[in-house]
Amino acid sequence: MWHVLTSDQELLRDTTARFLGDRVPLSRQRKDLRNDPAGFDADYWKAGAELGWTMLLVGEEDGGGSVSGRGAVDLALIAYEFGRHAAPGPLLDCNVVAAALSGQAGDLQRGALGEIIGGAAIAASCLGAAPWQGPGEAAVTIRREGADVVIDGTVRPVESALQAGWFLVTGRSEGGMTQVLVPAGTAGIETRALKGMDVTRRFARVSFDGVRAPASALVGEFARADGSVARQIENAAVILAAESVGAMDIAFAMTVDWAFDRYTFGRALASYQALKHRFADMKSWLEASHAVADAAAEAVADRTELAVETASAARSYIGVQGPELAQECVQLHGGIGVTYEHDLHFFLRRVTLDSLLYGTPAEHRRLLAALQIAKENAA
Amino acid sequence: MSEAIESVEDFRLRARAWIKASLGPIQPWDLSQHCESDEEEDRAVARDRALQRELFDAGFAGICFPREYGGQGLTPEHNRAFNEELVGHEYPSRFAVPTFSPCAAVLLEFGTPEQKARHIPAILKGEEVWVQMLSEPGGGSDVAGATTAAVRQGDDWILNGSKVWTSRAWWADWGMCLARTNWDVPKHQGLTVFLLPLHQPGIEIHRIERLSGESEACQEFFSDVRIPDSDRMGEIDAGWTVGTRWMYHERVGHNSPYVTMPVGLNRPKAKGPTTVSIARRAGRIDDPAAHELIGEARALGIVTHELQRRLAAAAASGKGNTDNSAIDRLFRGLASVRQATIAFELAGSSAAAWTEEDEDETGAQGMNFLMRQVSCIGGGTTEIARNVVSERVLGMPREPSGDKGVPFRDVPRGPARGQA
Repeated sequence: MWHVLTSDQELLRDTTARFLGDRVPLSRQRKDLRNDPAGFDADYWKAGAELGWTMLLVGEEDGGGSVSGRGAVDLALIAYEFGRHAAPGPLLDCNVVAAALSGQAGDLQRGALGEIIGGAAIAASCLGAAPWQGPGEAAVTIRREGADVVIDGTVRPVESALQAGWFLVTGRSEGGMTQVLVPAGTAGIETRALKGMDVTRRFARVSFDGVRAPASALVGEFARADGSVARQIENAAVILAAESVGAMDIAFAMTVDWAFDRYTFGRALASYQALKHRFADMKSWLEASHAVADAAAEAVADRTELAVETASAARSYIGVQGPELAQECVQLHGGIGVTYEHDLHFFLRRVTLDSLLYGTPAEHRRLLAALQIAKENAA
Repeated sequence: MSEAIESVEDFRLRARAWIKASLGPIQPWDLSQHCESDEEEDRAVARDRALQRELFDAGFAGICFPREYGGQGLTPEHNRAFNEELVGHEYPSRFAVPTFSPCAAVLLEFGTPEQKARHIPAILKGEEVWVQMLSEPGGGSDVAGATTAAVRQGDDWILNGSKVWTSRAWWADWGMCLARTNWDVPKHQGLTVFLLPLHQPGIEIHRIERLSGESEACQEFFSDVRIPDSDRMGEIDAGWTVGTRWMYHERVGHNSPYVTMPVGLNRPKAKGPTTVSIARRAGRIDDPAAHELIGEARALGIVTHELQRRLAAAAASGKGNTDNSAIDRLFRGLASVRQATIAFELAGSSAAAWTEEDEDETGAQGMNFLMRQVSCIGGGTTEIARNVVSERVLGMPREPSGDKGVPFRDVPRGPARGQA
């Protein structure tokens, strides 16, 4: 990243990098953590939370705080290191949910937020409605019934749902989106583990069958959550883009090294123009991905009017070129690139997985188009 | 420094006030640089010269050029602020590239004090539009393989040969020309750069019609053109020292701090087709497939802008590799190609044949598509940019060449005929 970092930011980044290198090296992910139901140890996550991983988007009055005054930029530094280490843990949802709960007055919300920041509990976001969907396309509906709200529908994939203590459920209501915070053990919630592509990140399908929650569990107002959902998607975009860029950096560096070390027909791979040109293309994708990921973090941190577009541009571009770059790296490695023994697949998995959460590239493109059309209609 | 530099924000406010009061809305030919007729082009050129003079008189010409040569002596940040304020307004678009960059930028680096004093103020006042004479009919990418030759004769040089793809040479004023002055040394060691007026005896200028029908690019034929030695720039036979910086400034192109032109993302262009307008005219504004293309184009626009910002910041910090400009050149070329393809796809079958009203409203997307590869050819091909990125940014081995260490006279310049 080209940001000029403050010494506090450098400390945060370097501490995280060292911690990840010690606790979740690929050698450990490859064997032990691969078969771990959660993909990570509870004390690993708690220790990470103590390093500051879960507090950066939360206001100081709620027990959070950034290191630079720009929480999204700080968090992007952490996410970048997660990408470089293909690290496990619910960094994405815990931060998205913590940010959503920041500023909420209810006891339930404040209690949950404290647990998430401290790493004592894990939160999962059940995004059952999204801005790129039409009203009829939402996976979850939330309606009022007396003093309660009732949740129906199924969301997939939900990260760490089987480990989570809290679900932030987003659904469509009449007139807009609603968000509700429910404890994972609430009656009517069924969670079923799914198979997934990442070595350490676990996903499940979460079904809500007439799940009842008191109005005090609402996060924001009933049917008025569209704006905060949009901001959560921006926050997620910052994390996903930075993490993807971290993973792309490692995959690319590995492959450049390989091109210098691997000889064929008496020459290094790096001497073939056909391959050099592919490396040049990849380098341009990588620099462009860095640029737009950094821009998204800054725009979201500073809440600029271009934040939503920059965030979606990052997801749309990196969501395509990240996996494309990783697949090129596989191709340039040849057969070794698709073995479990080699490290490359960790990064291929990570960028590919990241391209599919909180909106696919296609969904972000549609969102950008809707914004563009609205802008030109207004002009 | 005896005088404090005006803050960027103060400068921005002053520029904003002046631009609003003095400049009209941007014109279609500012965006496309394309005129329907030579008469229209003549009028556009005259207007650009007058606009450049207005900028000069108002103290906004050559923001990053030294004051002693008529510039403002300010920083790239000041130039960027001015360019951001310029969005939506008319500007002297024919001066941007190649007059300010690479030509004036190279003049600043290598010109003698006399040459700079003669040309930089003239450029800033709108009196001199420059062209760069690099490519030759015998080869585009191998710039150092130039065979246009200058021979010393007393205090003068005599130039013979031909240059090609010189945009606007038919009406521009001066050219910067890379010529061979020594055939007995390897190719990079026998080149010299000359400055010459374009309209003089011995220079014949032919216009080249492109497949789109416009004839902006030219080919020049030099027959015993006499150039005084005072119009030589840089040392004799050291033209490649100039040439590498020249190529650098060419790759930087419109992003150069020496260039005045609107930049920025957030304000709609005054005119010119958008993906939304193209989709609407094609009756596809509710088509989800069209939305994906509109969104992709928007994302690509944002990414292109942010990449330029990132590379410019790296360059300004002094930490960036100057060859990083090739990353930008490569990315921009491919992004433009994709943007042209998206517009073409959105237009559907109306890209095949169109009315004048269609063209006024949304441009001729079929023709733009046919001309698409220009963005990957002009100003150095993307293939050369890929060589630069892989060799000089990533440090990969250089391509083998048939001319290394060989006196240029002995370098093969065509197939060895009659030997098969």
